[in-house]
Amino acid sequence: MKKDMKILIVDDFSTMRRIIKNLLRDLGFTNTTDADDGNTALPMLQSGKFDFLVTDWNMPGMSGIDLLKAVRADPNLAHLPVLMVTAEQKREQIVEAAQAGVNGYIVKPFTAITLKEKIDKIFERIDAN
Amino acid sequence: MTDNVEVDQDSLDLAKKFVEQLEQGNQQEADNLLTELTNLRETELFQELGKLTREFHEAINGFNSDDRMSAIAQDDIPDARERLKYVIEKTDEAAHKTLNAIEEVTPIVETIESQVSQLGVEWERFLKKEMNPQEFRDLSQKIKEYFFSTEENLKIIKTNVNDILMAQDFQDITGQIIKRVITLVGEVEKNLVNLVKLGGGVPTSESEDVTISKKVKTSTPGELEGPQIPGMESDEAVSSQNDVDELLSSLGF
Repeated sequence: MKKDMKILIVDDFSTMRRIIKNLLRDLGFTNTTDADDGNTALPMLQSGKFDFLVTDWNMPGMSGIDLLKAVRADPNLAHLPVLMVTAEQKREQIVEAAQAGVNGYIVKPFTAITLKEKIDKIFERIDAN
Repeated sequence: MTDNVEVDQDSLDLAKKFVEQLEQGNQQEADNLLTELTNLRETELFQELGKLTREFHEAINGFNSDDRMSAIAQDDIPDARERLKYVIEKTDEAAHKTLNAIEEVTPIVETIESQVSQLGVEWERFLKKEMNPQEFRDLSQKIKEYFFSTEENLKIIKTNVNDILMAQDFQDITGQIIKRVITLVGEVEKNLVNLVKLGGGVPTSESEDVTISKKVKTSTPGELEGPQIPGMESDEAVSSQNDVDELLSSLGF
């Protein structure tokens, strides 16, 4: 896991985007960009060589789960690590995200420690493979 | 409206005859005509009253039989009340977290400020060679202490700044909750408008509006629930990050 990896943060609430951006900066990740929903995010991902995607679920336009599915369906993006950070906490939805190929799932409200743990775990697995 | 014109014509005819009979001194005939005139008026009144009663009855029936409306009254409004209370709690909590952090940081910043200005004055004296060796040893000791204490103070400031940052997560949660309540208020408004239309006896496209609104709340699989409210969590929801982790690890994560 490189500290200068390019990260895209997707959430419809700008406060949450700023919080995640700041937390990532505290963890040493400074190369972050953000988008307010899947429709905005997908073209950015397709043209932008991102290394990591952090997305909310419930957003107007394209939701996070649809963005995840679109990412997995795109041969150029299929292996992009995706962390979902959402207030959705129904079992059914967590299972759906897992089946769609999410790499990590964080429920809001969350702590800086949780974010660090999940990111570490995601990249440990990736680096191990 | 055309009904009224006819009735008026009838009344007018009767009234003319009534005056005629009175002028001719036929009291008995005049009394009969007066009774007839009164009856005509009463019939009309009863018909109107009957119509009004029926419309009112229909309006009430329509109101009762609308499942969505009773669901709103029984579940959604109390639910929205709890959600809004939670919004107050979250915003209150965030404001206090932020204020606590500021109250902890402010005196530290003031301490650093005064230490820096004091050391600056003494450093200036040193540069002007106004300091004897003992004074310089004291200054050197003070600078060392300043570095040590500032390092600790900066850690405290950083922790508090981070607390202020995390306190802002209320906006996302409360925003989602308020959006849901706004949707509900819109739905209630639409249903009330329908009720008013029914009560007013104005022909209405009520049935189609109500069907649409019924569909809004029908719980379909995959429907997003948004933030869980303490004390009213859904059975299908997990309650913590640990539960999420357990569920995911049971799926082979």
